[in-house]
Amino acid sequence: MISSTLGVWNYWIVFFLMMIGLFLVIGRKNLLKKIVGLTIFQTSVFLLYITFGKIQGGTPPILNNINETVYSNPLPHVLILTAIVVGVATTALGLSLVLRINSEYGSIEEEDISAEDLIDYHDLIETSKKISVKFKK
Amino acid sequence: MDKNPILRIATKILFAPIILFGLYVQFHGDFGPGGGFQAGVIVASAFILYAIVFGLEKGKELFPLNINLFLLALGGILYGGVGIVSMLLGDEFLSYNVLGSSKQAGQHIGILLVEFGVGLTVSNVMIALFYAFVDFKSSNGETK
Amino acid sequence: MIDIIIKNLPILVVLTPLMMSLIVVLISNNFLSWLLTLFTTLITLIFSLLLYQEVYLHTAISYALGNWVPPLGIEYLIDKVSIIPIIIIALISFLATFFASKIMPAEINNSSISKVYSLWLLAIAGLIGLVTTGDAFNLFVFLEISSLASVALVAMGGQKDKQALVAAYNYLILGAIGATFYVIGVGLLYGITGTLNLADLSNRIAEISDNKALIAGFGFMVIGIMLKAAVFPLHIWLPRAYAYAPSAVSVLLAATATKASLYILARILFSVFDISDNLVTYTLQYIILPLSILAMFAGTIMAIYEKDIKRLLAHSSIAQIGYITLAFAIGTKASVAAGFIHLFNHALIKGALFMAITSMGFYINKRITINNLSGLGRAMPITFVCFVICSLSLAGIPLTAGFISKLYIIKASISADGIWIAFLILASSALSVVYLWKMIEALWFHESPKEPNIKEKPEIYIALLMITFLNIYFGLDASIVVNSSFEAANQLLGVQK
Repeated sequence: MISSTLGVWNYWIVFFLMMIGLFLVIGRKNLLKKIVGLTIFQTSVFLLYITFGKIQGGTPPILNNINETVYSNPLPHVLILTAIVVGVATTALGLSLVLRINSEYGSIEEEDISAEDLIDYHDLIETSKKISVKFKK
Repeated sequence: MDKNPILRIATKILFAPIILFGLYVQFHGDFGPGGGFQAGVIVASAFILYAIVFGLEKGKELFPLNINLFLLALGGILYGGVGIVSMLLGDEFLSYNVLGSSKQAGQHIGILLVEFGVGLTVSNVMIALFYAFVDFKSSNGETK
Repeated sequence: MIDIIIKNLPILVVLTPLMMSLIVVLISNNFLSWLLTLFTTLITLIFSLLLYQEVYLHTAISYALGNWVPPLGIEYLIDKVSIIPIIIIALISFLATFFASKIMPAEINNSSISKVYSLWLLAIAGLIGLVTTGDAFNLFVFLEISSLASVALVAMGGQKDKQALVAAYNYLILGAIGATFYVIGVGLLYGITGTLNLADLSNRIAEISDNKALIAGFGFMVIGIMLKAAVFPLHIWLPRAYAYAPSAVSVLLAATATKASLYILARILFSVFDISDNLVTYTLQYIILPLSILAMFAGTIMAIYEKDIKRLLAHSSIAQIGYITLAFAIGTKASVAAGFIHLFNHALIKGALFMAITSMGFYINKRITINNLSGLGRAMPITFVCFVICSLSLAGIPLTAGFISKLYIIKASISADGIWIAFLILASSALSVVYLWKMIEALWFHESPKEPNIKEKPEIYIALLMITFLNIYFGLDASIVVNSSFEAANQLLGVQK
């Protein structure tokens, strides 16, 4: 039981990282830390795919003339190359949004931002109420 | 940073070899580890290093923004163009077989052009990202 | 030349906007970039209509990218199911581009307009690609292309209102989590079956029974896509993103973005996995059905209490997505077909409502709340009439497109022994009249503060008239939509049901 559980230690690492990443995204209030969490979360998925591709004793998948060669699966590596690029794009977009938010709000803490948003929103409702009351008279 | 002679001279010495290495990774991708993504990042790193050491202004003089944008789009167009040419020659999109005299020659030409397009786009995206982040001005007017 | 185009149609519908987005970004003239975008979306629409014709000649078109034979290479698969969202996206993107001509420069800085159009085309390409592809991983790539492009488009609203940035940020984070969940699911399924081709995947899944990784993979995929499709408790990103995006972008996203994801949801539930499988039956019955009913009411009630009109329409979108998932969850052929009918009609309705509201916002030049709509209806008769017609369509009044879809959903739910579902649908439709009336009342009956001197511009209302005409047309003669939806349901659920 124990050996079979610990024998798949690579999956343990994957899910450990996955949970860390997801926790950071959900639990942190700092917008930048959320992006860090997202990156860790995505990296864990990369590791998951790479783990699938590895075959014990497998060689790089280059054809040779020896008949009984075991090849590792190259496909997950290619997929992850694409996923890494997507991840880079996501991170870059997220960071640029954080920069913009910081320059507009002066803070990247979620609480400060939502407090300011709520004020704006209530202001909007209040002023529009006042206007409508004025014109009903 | 441009006052420090060690950094300045090291950058000038390293600049060309980094690009050369990038091109090696790019074009050796057919036979060994390498390809457009990796090569693009390596080439971009040369320009980014230059801009870090000599300042953003000098970096933009060396590699202006509009050329950056043009090459960025050109890479993608090259990739798609290979596909469109293979369609016009009567085969499926991105089917390299029809591009050369034989199937193997066609595969060679196809993968080389496509990877070159990828390399162009990746290196220019990296440089564009660097420019965008470094050049970011907050609404208060100060550079971050 | 023509036969080359016909042969390569499945890739051309994706490739045209994708390539043109690269060209548009290089053009510095704003009008020219708009014209090129309009031209591109027109070409895409023509290609998709040609594709519709082709699909009905051949039942299904499989296109092997780079001539690699399907289970190994990437396959683009167009059948009677996927053609419906393709037509929706191509049609709406054409109309929305047409609508954007005057609206876009009013909200976006001159220097970034061509870049916005480039992102716009990229988002369209991503959405069409999402529907076209028959490869699970390629689907993820398109999912990210479309969502990153839409996030950037939403963030463009930040030039006017800084809250757009926060909305875009939330959209980005939740979208990325959704996509990553989907990839985990695909990875687990790939680990079990060793294939990424959706058709091949479904064959191999049928051979496997009772595998825990399979269940986990299914769960991850469905949750990821539900997050993208804004199915009820996972909708939290949607109202803000739609409300603070630039006007034209709201029109495009509201009408198309979730539709593509809903199609993927249907595809995963019915085509990759089998509807007769317990896994799918339980998911439909115990998860998606209750959530859809909650969505119908929660969305409608949130809309009733909402003051900001764009947000109100976004909340109503959540309710409408609830109708679609409800129809899918009932799981008979007739109900799935009804779901597709509503998918199409809702795109038309919501696109039209957003167009009408944002063009009012264009004239008064501020955020549109229920109070500053007062009396605008009298000042803008054409826009107002279109708005009323489309509101009636949303509520499901006869002679409009909305009626047809409600009719088929109710018919399907009654024939599936679900009289109570039919009642719930009627109740929620009745509630939706409340918020629609609230808007119409403000527009027509409230005294306007000062007589607004507005001259409606044809550039803006022509697109609105076109989409309103479609709303009425598909209410009077729904045979095309109904027939293709039933064909789609037949193909999706197979012959045995």
